[in-house]
Amino acid sequence: MSHTEDVPFGMPYRRETRYDPPAGLLQLQEQPLRRIRYYPDGVEGWLATGHALSRRILADPRFVTGERFVHSPTELPHVFVSISEQVPPGFFLFFDPPEHTRLRRKVTGVFTVKRMKELEPRVAAIVDERIAALKAAGPGADLVREFALPVPALVICEMLGVPYADRDAFQRNSADMLDLARSVEDRNKSMAELFGYLMQLVPAKRADPGDDLLSVLAADPELHDVETAGVGLILLVAGHETTANMLALGTFALLEHPGQLARLHDDPALWPAAVEELLRYLTVAHNGVMRIVKEDAEIDGRHFRAGEHVTVALQAANRDPGKYERPGDLDVERDAQGHMAFGHGLHQCVGQQLARVEMRIGFAKLFEAVPDLRLAVPPEEIPMRSDMAVYGVHTLPVEW
Amino acid sequence: MRIAVDREACTSAGMCALTDPARFDQDEDDGRVVLLEAEARDGDPDATAAAELCPSGAVTLHW
Repeated sequence: MSHTEDVPFGMPYRRETRYDPPAGLLQLQEQPLRRIRYYPDGVEGWLATGHALSRRILADPRFVTGERFVHSPTELPHVFVSISEQVPPGFFLFFDPPEHTRLRRKVTGVFTVKRMKELEPRVAAIVDERIAALKAAGPGADLVREFALPVPALVICEMLGVPYADRDAFQRNSADMLDLARSVEDRNKSMAELFGYLMQLVPAKRADPGDDLLSVLAADPELHDVETAGVGLILLVAGHETTANMLALGTFALLEHPGQLARLHDDPALWPAAVEELLRYLTVAHNGVMRIVKEDAEIDGRHFRAGEHVTVALQAANRDPGKYERPGDLDVERDAQGHMAFGHGLHQCVGQQLARVEMRIGFAKLFEAVPDLRLAVPPEEIPMRSDMAVYGVHTLPVEW
Repeated sequence: MRIAVDREACTSAGMCALTDPARFDQDEDDGRVVLLEAEARDGDPDATAAAELCPSGAVTLHW
Protein backbone atom coordinates (compact mmCIF):
# COMPACT_ATOMS: atom_id res chain seq x y z
CA MET A 1 0.00 0.00 0.00
CA SER A 2 1.32 3.42 -0.84
CA HIS A 3 1.55 6.14 1.76
CA THR A 4 -1.27 8.65 1.59
CA GLU A 5 1.19 11.52 1.04
CA ASP A 6 2.38 9.88 -2.20
CA VAL A 7 -1.12 9.83 -3.61
CA PRO A 8 -2.16 13.08 -5.33
CA PHE A 9 -5.43 14.73 -4.35
CA GLY A 10 -8.00 14.73 -7.11
CA MET A 11 -7.96 14.80 -10.89
CA PRO A 12 -6.59 18.05 -12.39
CA TYR A 13 -9.50 19.70 -14.21
CA ARG A 14 -8.71 23.41 -14.50
CA ARG A 15 -7.61 24.06 -18.07
CA GLU A 16 -4.79 26.39 -19.03
CA THR A 17 -5.88 26.60 -22.68
CA ARG A 18 -9.16 26.46 -24.59
CA TYR A 19 -8.86 23.05 -26.22
CA ASP A 20 -6.39 21.03 -24.21
CA PRO A 21 -7.04 19.07 -21.02
CA PRO A 22 -5.01 20.42 -18.08
CA ALA A 23 -1.25 19.87 -18.43
CA GLY A 24 -1.25 18.32 -14.96
CA LEU A 25 -3.69 15.65 -16.09
CA LEU A 26 -1.70 14.77 -19.20
CA GLN A 27 1.46 14.49 -17.07
CA LEU A 28 -0.27 11.76 -15.08
CA GLN A 29 -0.34 9.63 -18.24
CA GLU A 30 3.17 8.46 -17.39
CA GLN A 31 1.21 6.15 -15.11
CA PRO A 32 -1.91 5.35 -17.14
CA LEU A 33 -3.62 3.91 -14.10
CA ARG A 34 -2.92 5.38 -10.70
CA ARG A 35 -4.37 5.97 -7.29
CA ILE A 36 -5.71 9.41 -6.39
CA ARG A 37 -7.46 10.79 -3.35
CA TYR A 38 -11.07 11.73 -3.79
CA TYR A 39 -13.03 14.71 -2.50
CA PRO A 40 -14.27 15.59 -0.01
CA ASP A 41 -12.64 13.23 2.50
CA GLY A 42 -9.40 12.13 0.83
CA VAL A 43 -10.42 8.49 0.43
CA GLU A 44 -8.24 6.67 -2.10
CA GLY A 45 -9.56 5.49 -5.44
CA TRP A 46 -8.40 5.16 -9.03
CA LEU A 47 -7.80 7.37 -12.06
CA ALA A 48 -7.31 5.92 -15.54
CA THR A 49 -5.77 8.22 -18.16
CA GLY A 50 -4.42 5.74 -20.72
CA HIS A 51 -6.46 4.71 -23.76
CA ALA A 52 -6.01 0.93 -23.57
CA LEU A 53 -6.59 0.70 -19.81
CA SER A 54 -9.61 2.98 -19.97
CA ARG A 55 -11.15 0.71 -22.59
CA ARG A 56 -10.48 -2.38 -20.51
CA ILE A 57 -12.08 -0.90 -17.41
CA LEU A 58 -15.19 0.36 -19.21
CA ALA A 59 -15.69 -2.99 -20.96
CA ASP A 60 -15.32 -4.96 -17.71
CA PRO A 61 -18.63 -5.93 -16.02
CA ARG A 62 -16.99 -5.75 -12.57
CA PHE A 63 -16.88 -1.94 -12.91
CA VAL A 64 -20.45 -0.71 -12.54
CA THR A 65 -22.62 2.41 -12.34
CA GLY A 66 -25.55 0.96 -10.38
CA GLU A 67 -23.97 1.75 -6.99
CA ARG A 68 -23.95 4.99 -5.05
CA PHE A 69 -21.15 7.41 -5.99
CA VAL A 70 -20.22 9.42 -2.92
CA HIS A 71 -16.64 10.56 -3.59
CA SER A 72 -15.67 12.91 -6.38
CA PRO A 73 -12.38 13.18 -8.32
CA THR A 74 -12.87 16.94 -8.43
CA GLU A 75 -13.54 19.58 -5.82
CA LEU A 76 -16.84 20.50 -7.48
CA PRO A 77 -18.83 17.25 -7.16
CA HIS A 78 -18.80 15.24 -10.38
CA VAL A 79 -22.12 14.89 -12.19
CA PHE A 80 -22.04 11.13 -11.44
CA VAL A 81 -22.03 12.02 -7.74
CA SER A 82 -24.95 14.46 -7.94
CA ILE A 83 -27.18 12.24 -10.10
CA SER A 84 -26.27 9.18 -8.05
CA GLU A 85 -27.75 10.84 -4.97
CA GLN A 86 -31.19 10.84 -6.58
CA VAL A 87 -31.24 8.53 -9.62
CA PRO A 88 -34.60 8.91 -11.40
CA PRO A 89 -36.44 5.67 -12.30
CA GLY A 90 -35.60 4.60 -15.85
CA PHE A 91 -32.35 6.63 -15.92
CA PHE A 92 -30.48 3.64 -17.32
CA LEU A 93 -26.98 5.15 -17.33
CA PHE A 94 -27.04 4.46 -13.59
CA PHE A 95 -28.36 0.88 -13.82
CA ASP A 96 -26.46 -2.37 -14.30
CA PRO A 97 -27.63 -5.41 -16.25
CA PRO A 98 -30.21 -6.86 -16.44
CA GLU A 99 -32.21 -3.67 -15.71
CA HIS A 100 -29.92 -1.56 -17.85
CA THR A 101 -30.27 -3.97 -20.75
CA ARG A 102 -34.07 -4.10 -20.49
CA LEU A 103 -34.44 -0.29 -20.55
CA ARG A 104 -31.73 0.50 -23.10
CA ARG A 105 -33.16 -1.96 -25.61
CA LYS A 106 -36.47 -0.11 -25.47
CA VAL A 107 -34.87 2.82 -27.29
CA THR A 108 -31.94 1.46 -29.29
CA GLY A 109 -34.17 0.52 -32.24
CA VAL A 110 -34.76 4.19 -33.09
CA PHE A 111 -31.05 5.13 -33.03
CA THR A 112 -29.70 2.58 -35.52
CA VAL A 113 -27.39 3.60 -38.33
CA LYS A 114 -30.19 2.90 -40.82
CA ARG A 115 -32.80 4.96 -38.95
CA MET A 116 -30.33 7.83 -38.69
CA LYS A 117 -29.71 7.64 -42.44
CA GLU A 118 -33.47 7.98 -42.97
CA LEU A 119 -33.49 10.99 -40.65
CA GLU A 120 -30.80 12.84 -42.64
CA PRO A 121 -33.19 14.88 -44.86
CA ARG A 122 -35.06 16.09 -41.78
CA VAL A 123 -31.82 17.01 -40.00
CA ALA A 124 -30.67 18.83 -43.14
CA ALA A 125 -33.93 20.81 -43.28
CA ILE A 126 -33.57 21.85 -39.63
CA VAL A 127 -29.93 22.83 -40.19
CA ASP A 128 -30.94 24.95 -43.22
CA GLU A 129 -33.63 26.71 -41.16
CA ARG A 130 -31.17 27.53 -38.39
CA ILE A 131 -28.52 28.80 -40.84
CA ALA A 132 -31.21 31.10 -42.28
CA ALA A 133 -32.04 32.26 -38.74
CA LEU A 134 -28.36 32.92 -38.03
CA LYS A 135 -28.03 35.01 -41.19
CA ALA A 136 -31.26 36.85 -40.42
CA ALA A 137 -29.93 37.73 -36.96
CA GLY A 138 -27.08 39.53 -38.71
CA PRO A 139 -23.38 39.93 -37.98
CA GLY A 140 -22.65 39.68 -34.26
CA ALA A 141 -25.24 36.91 -33.86
CA ASP A 142 -24.60 34.27 -31.21
CA LEU A 143 -23.97 30.96 -32.98
CA VAL A 144 -24.86 29.02 -29.82
CA ARG A 145 -28.30 30.57 -29.57
CA GLU A 146 -29.17 30.64 -33.26
CA PHE A 147 -27.62 27.40 -34.45
CA ALA A 148 -25.69 25.07 -32.13
CA LEU A 149 -28.36 24.76 -29.42
CA PRO A 150 -31.55 24.74 -31.55
CA VAL A 151 -30.39 22.15 -34.12
CA PRO A 152 -30.02 19.18 -31.74
CA ALA A 153 -32.87 20.46 -29.52
CA LEU A 154 -35.29 20.52 -32.47
CA VAL A 155 -34.15 17.08 -33.62
CA ILE A 156 -34.47 15.38 -30.22
CA CYS A 157 -37.79 17.13 -29.51
CA GLU A 158 -39.18 15.77 -32.78
CA MET A 159 -37.84 12.27 -32.14
CA LEU A 160 -39.18 12.15 -28.57
CA GLY A 161 -42.36 14.10 -29.24
CA VAL A 162 -41.55 16.88 -26.76
CA PRO A 163 -43.22 20.18 -27.76
CA TYR A 164 -40.42 22.51 -28.86
CA ALA A 165 -42.37 25.37 -27.29
CA ASP A 166 -41.38 23.95 -23.88
CA ARG A 167 -37.67 24.19 -24.71
CA ASP A 168 -36.88 27.26 -22.59
CA ALA A 169 -37.81 25.45 -19.38
CA PHE A 170 -36.08 22.18 -20.23
CA GLN A 171 -32.97 23.84 -21.59
CA ARG A 172 -32.66 25.90 -18.41
CA ASN A 173 -33.20 22.87 -16.19
CA SER A 174 -30.83 20.62 -18.10
CA ALA A 175 -28.14 23.32 -18.12
CA ASP A 176 -28.63 23.78 -14.38
CA MET A 177 -28.43 20.07 -13.58
CA LEU A 178 -25.07 19.91 -15.39
CA ASP A 179 -23.69 23.13 -13.88
CA LEU A 180 -20.93 21.93 -11.57
CA ALA A 181 -20.65 25.31 -9.83
CA ARG A 182 -24.14 24.79 -8.37
CA SER A 183 -24.70 22.73 -5.23
CA VAL A 184 -25.68 19.08 -5.55
CA GLU A 185 -29.03 19.98 -4.00
CA ASP A 186 -29.74 22.72 -6.55
CA ARG A 187 -28.65 20.52 -9.45
CA ASN A 188 -30.98 17.77 -8.32
CA LYS A 189 -33.86 20.22 -7.90
CA SER A 190 -33.49 21.08 -11.59
CA MET A 191 -33.36 17.40 -12.52
CA ALA A 192 -36.52 16.75 -10.48
CA GLU A 193 -38.32 19.59 -12.27
CA LEU A 194 -37.39 18.16 -15.63
CA PHE A 195 -38.50 14.72 -14.50
CA GLY A 196 -41.81 16.18 -13.29
CA TYR A 197 -42.34 17.80 -16.68
CA LEU A 198 -41.85 14.45 -18.44
CA MET A 199 -44.11 12.69 -15.91
CA GLN A 200 -46.93 14.97 -17.07
CA LEU A 201 -46.09 14.45 -20.72
CA VAL A 202 -46.14 10.62 -20.67
CA PRO A 203 -49.88 10.10 -19.90
CA ALA A 204 -50.68 12.93 -22.32
CA LYS A 205 -48.81 11.00 -25.03
CA ARG A 206 -50.76 7.85 -24.23
CA ALA A 207 -54.05 9.74 -24.48
CA ASP A 208 -53.08 11.49 -27.70
CA PRO A 209 -50.25 9.54 -29.32
CA GLY A 210 -48.05 10.94 -32.07
CA ASP A 211 -45.45 9.45 -34.39
CA ASP A 212 -42.70 9.72 -31.79
CA LEU A 213 -40.67 7.72 -29.28
CA LEU A 214 -42.42 8.88 -26.10
CA SER A 215 -45.78 7.80 -27.56
CA VAL A 216 -44.35 4.34 -28.30
CA LEU A 217 -42.84 4.03 -24.81
CA ALA A 218 -46.01 5.38 -23.13
CA ALA A 219 -48.00 2.59 -24.79
CA ASP A 220 -45.51 -0.14 -23.78
CA PRO A 221 -47.13 -2.36 -21.11
CA GLU A 222 -43.67 -3.40 -19.85
CA LEU A 223 -42.76 0.17 -18.84
CA HIS A 224 -44.08 2.15 -15.90
CA ASP A 225 -44.68 5.83 -16.55
CA VAL A 226 -41.90 6.77 -14.11
CA GLU A 227 -39.45 4.64 -16.12
CA THR A 228 -40.57 6.19 -19.39
CA ALA A 229 -40.06 9.65 -17.89
CA GLY A 230 -36.55 8.69 -16.76
CA VAL A 231 -35.65 7.24 -20.16
CA GLY A 232 -36.99 10.44 -21.74
CA LEU A 233 -34.92 12.51 -19.31
CA ILE A 234 -31.64 10.85 -20.36
CA LEU A 235 -32.40 11.23 -24.05
CA LEU A 236 -33.58 14.82 -23.78
CA VAL A 237 -30.61 16.04 -21.73
CA ALA A 238 -27.92 13.96 -23.44
CA GLY A 239 -29.57 14.53 -26.81
CA HIS A 240 -29.05 18.23 -26.96
CA GLU A 241 -26.38 19.34 -24.45
CA THR A 242 -23.56 17.27 -25.88
CA THR A 243 -24.13 17.83 -29.59
CA ALA A 244 -24.89 21.52 -29.05
CA ASN A 245 -21.54 21.98 -27.38
CA MET A 246 -19.70 19.95 -30.01
CA LEU A 247 -21.24 22.10 -32.76
CA ALA A 248 -20.30 25.40 -31.10
CA LEU A 249 -16.89 24.40 -29.75
CA GLY A 250 -16.09 22.55 -32.99
CA THR A 251 -16.91 25.68 -35.00
CA PHE A 252 -14.67 27.75 -32.69
CA ALA A 253 -11.83 25.24 -32.99
CA LEU A 254 -12.07 25.11 -36.79
CA LEU A 255 -12.11 28.92 -37.03
CA GLU A 256 -8.91 28.92 -34.98
CA HIS A 257 -7.34 26.25 -37.22
CA PRO A 258 -7.84 27.85 -40.66
CA GLY A 259 -5.50 25.37 -42.36
CA GLN A 260 -7.71 22.49 -41.26
CA LEU A 261 -10.83 24.35 -42.34
CA ALA A 262 -9.28 25.00 -45.76
CA ARG A 263 -8.72 21.25 -46.21
CA LEU A 264 -12.43 20.69 -45.53
CA HIS A 265 -13.42 23.42 -47.99
CA ASP A 266 -11.28 21.74 -50.65
CA ASP A 267 -12.56 18.25 -49.92
CA PRO A 268 -15.95 18.03 -48.16
CA ALA A 269 -15.66 14.22 -48.26
CA LEU A 270 -13.34 14.66 -45.27
CA TRP A 271 -16.21 15.77 -43.00
CA PRO A 272 -17.03 12.33 -41.51
CA ALA A 273 -13.38 11.83 -40.51
CA ALA A 274 -13.21 15.44 -39.30
CA VAL A 275 -16.20 14.85 -37.02
CA GLU A 276 -14.42 11.87 -35.42
CA GLU A 277 -11.30 13.96 -34.97
CA LEU A 278 -13.24 16.85 -33.42
CA LEU A 279 -14.91 14.37 -31.05
CA ARG A 280 -11.47 13.06 -30.05
CA TYR A 281 -9.72 16.42 -29.86
CA LEU A 282 -12.46 18.27 -27.96
CA THR A 283 -13.92 15.47 -25.74
CA VAL A 284 -16.67 17.66 -24.28
CA ALA A 285 -17.39 15.12 -21.48
CA HIS A 286 -14.28 16.70 -20.01
CA ASN A 287 -14.45 15.37 -16.46
CA GLY A 288 -14.54 11.75 -17.53
CA VAL A 289 -16.92 9.03 -16.42
CA MET A 290 -16.98 7.11 -13.16
CA ARG A 291 -17.39 3.48 -12.15
CA ILE A 292 -17.51 1.61 -8.84
CA VAL A 293 -15.69 -1.68 -8.32
CA LYS A 294 -18.45 -4.25 -7.78
CA GLU A 295 -16.18 -7.14 -6.81
CA ASP A 296 -12.43 -7.42 -6.25
CA ALA A 297 -10.66 -7.35 -9.58
CA GLU A 298 -7.13 -7.41 -10.97
CA ILE A 299 -6.08 -5.57 -14.12
CA ASP A 300 -2.45 -5.30 -15.22
CA GLY A 301 -1.32 -6.52 -11.81
CA ARG A 302 -3.23 -3.79 -9.97
CA HIS A 303 -5.73 -4.86 -7.36
CA PHE A 304 -9.10 -3.11 -7.31
CA ARG A 305 -11.14 -3.65 -4.18
CA ALA A 306 -14.92 -3.82 -4.04
CA GLY A 307 -16.46 -0.42 -3.36
CA GLU A 308 -13.57 1.67 -4.69
CA HIS A 309 -14.32 4.59 -7.00
CA VAL A 310 -12.72 4.69 -10.45
CA THR A 311 -12.60 7.73 -12.74
CA VAL A 312 -11.90 7.11 -16.40
CA ALA A 313 -10.57 10.36 -17.87
CA LEU A 314 -11.91 10.15 -21.43
CA GLN A 315 -10.42 13.59 -22.09
CA ALA A 316 -6.94 12.19 -21.34
CA ALA A 317 -7.43 8.80 -23.03
CA ASN A 318 -8.23 10.66 -26.24
CA ARG A 319 -4.84 12.42 -25.99
CA ASP A 320 -2.86 9.25 -25.28
CA PRO A 321 0.38 9.41 -27.34
CA GLY A 322 0.46 5.60 -27.30
CA LYS A 323 -2.75 5.61 -29.34
CA TYR A 324 -2.51 8.82 -31.40
CA GLU A 325 0.56 10.45 -32.92
CA ARG A 326 0.88 14.12 -31.97
CA PRO A 327 -2.33 13.83 -29.94
CA GLY A 328 -2.36 17.56 -29.18
CA ASP A 329 -2.77 18.45 -32.87
CA LEU A 330 -6.17 18.84 -34.49
CA ASP A 331 -5.73 16.91 -37.74
CA VAL A 332 -8.92 16.33 -39.73
CA GLU A 333 -7.15 13.84 -41.97
CA ARG A 334 -6.03 11.49 -39.23
CA ASP A 335 -7.81 8.23 -38.46
CA ALA A 336 -9.37 9.11 -35.09
CA GLN A 337 -11.44 5.92 -34.93
CA GLY A 338 -11.45 4.23 -31.58
CA HIS A 339 -11.67 7.54 -29.71
CA MET A 340 -13.53 7.44 -26.42
CA ALA A 341 -15.60 10.63 -26.70
CA PHE A 342 -18.79 8.52 -26.51
CA GLY A 343 -17.36 6.34 -23.75
CA HIS A 344 -16.89 2.59 -24.10
CA GLY A 345 -18.54 -0.59 -22.86
CA LEU A 346 -22.24 -1.27 -22.50
CA HIS A 347 -23.02 2.34 -21.54
CA GLN A 348 -21.42 3.78 -24.68
CA CYS A 349 -23.57 6.69 -25.92
CA VAL A 350 -26.91 5.43 -27.18
CA GLY A 351 -27.39 8.47 -29.42
CA GLN A 352 -23.94 8.50 -31.01
CA GLN A 353 -25.16 7.74 -34.54
CA LEU A 354 -27.62 10.63 -34.28
CA ALA A 355 -24.84 12.89 -33.01
CA ARG A 356 -22.64 11.93 -35.98
CA VAL A 357 -25.40 12.76 -38.46
CA GLU A 358 -26.14 16.10 -36.76
CA MET A 359 -22.46 17.09 -36.75
CA ARG A 360 -21.64 15.93 -40.28
CA ILE A 361 -24.61 17.79 -41.73
CA GLY A 362 -24.42 20.73 -39.32
CA PHE A 363 -20.73 21.58 -39.85
CA ALA A 364 -20.70 20.87 -43.59
CA LYS A 365 -23.76 23.01 -44.31
CA LEU A 366 -22.70 25.84 -41.98
CA PHE A 367 -19.28 26.29 -43.55
CA GLU A 368 -20.68 25.84 -47.05
CA ALA A 369 -23.47 28.42 -46.54
CA VAL A 370 -21.27 30.90 -44.66
CA PRO A 371 -17.78 30.34 -46.11
CA ASP A 372 -16.38 33.55 -44.65
CA LEU A 373 -17.67 32.85 -41.13
CA ARG A 374 -15.43 34.40 -38.45
CA LEU A 375 -15.47 35.39 -34.79
CA ALA A 376 -17.01 38.79 -34.04
CA VAL A 377 -14.87 39.25 -30.92
CA PRO A 378 -11.27 38.33 -30.03
CA PRO A 379 -11.04 34.61 -29.16
CA GLU A 380 -9.95 35.30 -25.58
CA GLU A 381 -13.30 37.03 -24.97
CA ILE A 382 -15.32 33.88 -25.70
CA PRO A 383 -16.70 32.60 -22.37
CA MET A 384 -15.70 28.94 -21.94
CA ARG A 385 -17.89 26.39 -20.12
CA SER A 386 -15.17 25.42 -17.65
CA ASP A 387 -17.50 24.65 -14.74
CA MET A 388 -20.06 22.72 -16.77
CA ALA A 389 -20.17 18.91 -16.98
CA VAL A 390 -20.22 19.32 -20.76
CA TYR A 391 -17.43 21.57 -22.01
CA GLY A 392 -17.95 24.15 -24.73
CA VAL A 393 -18.65 27.85 -25.09
CA HIS A 394 -21.45 29.82 -23.44
CA THR A 395 -21.75 32.14 -26.44
CA LEU A 396 -19.98 32.45 -29.79
CA PRO A 397 -20.56 35.82 -31.48
CA VAL A 398 -19.84 35.47 -35.20
CA GLU A 399 -19.89 37.63 -38.33
CA TRP A 400 -19.29 37.10 -42.04
CA MET B 1 -11.28 -15.56 -40.97
CA ARG B 2 -14.71 -16.04 -39.50
CA ILE B 3 -16.81 -13.42 -37.72
CA ALA B 4 -18.96 -14.30 -34.71
CA VAL B 5 -21.49 -12.07 -32.97
CA ASP B 6 -22.94 -12.35 -29.48
CA ARG B 7 -26.40 -10.78 -29.46
CA GLU B 8 -26.65 -11.06 -25.67
CA ALA B 9 -23.51 -8.98 -25.20
CA CYS B 10 -24.54 -6.48 -27.90
CA THR B 11 -25.33 -2.98 -26.62
CA SER B 12 -26.68 -1.68 -29.97
CA ALA B 13 -24.13 1.10 -30.39
CA GLY B 14 -24.13 0.52 -34.15
CA MET B 15 -20.36 0.73 -34.66
CA CYS B 16 -20.26 -2.49 -36.71
CA ALA B 17 -23.07 -1.37 -39.04
CA LEU B 18 -21.40 2.02 -39.43
CA THR B 19 -17.94 0.57 -40.12
CA ASP B 20 -18.71 -2.52 -42.21
CA PRO B 21 -22.28 -2.24 -43.55
CA ALA B 22 -21.69 -5.07 -46.03
CA ARG B 23 -21.34 -7.59 -43.20
CA PHE B 24 -23.31 -6.06 -40.31
CA ASP B 25 -26.81 -4.71 -39.89
CA GLN B 26 -28.95 -3.90 -36.86
CA ASP B 27 -32.23 -5.40 -35.69
CA GLU B 28 -35.10 -3.02 -36.43
CA ASP B 29 -36.66 -3.52 -32.99
CA ASP B 30 -33.74 -3.05 -30.64
CA GLY B 31 -30.73 -2.24 -32.80
CA ARG B 32 -28.86 -5.42 -31.89
CA VAL B 33 -26.27 -6.76 -34.30
CA VAL B 34 -27.39 -8.85 -37.26
CA LEU B 35 -24.57 -10.66 -39.05
CA LEU B 36 -25.06 -10.59 -42.82
CA GLU B 37 -21.78 -12.23 -43.84
CA ALA B 38 -19.65 -14.33 -41.51
CA GLU B 39 -16.67 -14.81 -43.81
CA ALA B 40 -13.89 -12.28 -44.37
CA ARG B 41 -10.42 -12.45 -45.81
CA ASP B 42 -7.75 -12.57 -43.07
CA GLY B 43 -6.96 -9.06 -41.93
CA ASP B 44 -9.90 -7.52 -43.79
CA PRO B 45 -9.70 -3.89 -42.58
CA ASP B 46 -13.46 -3.27 -42.25
CA ALA B 47 -14.22 -6.48 -40.35
CA THR B 48 -11.17 -5.93 -38.15
CA ALA B 49 -12.25 -2.36 -37.38
CA ALA B 50 -15.82 -3.50 -36.65
CA ALA B 51 -14.52 -5.97 -34.05
CA GLU B 52 -12.11 -3.43 -32.55
CA LEU B 53 -14.68 -0.67 -32.33
CA CYS B 54 -17.44 -2.80 -30.77
CA PRO B 55 -17.82 -1.33 -27.27
CA SER B 56 -19.19 -4.50 -25.68
CA GLY B 57 -17.03 -7.23 -27.23
CA ALA B 58 -20.01 -8.61 -29.13
CA VAL B 59 -18.10 -8.90 -32.43
CA THR B 60 -15.18 -11.35 -32.46
CA LEU B 61 -12.88 -12.72 -35.16
CA HIS B 62 -11.79 -16.36 -35.37
CA TRP B 63 -9.16 -18.15 -37.43
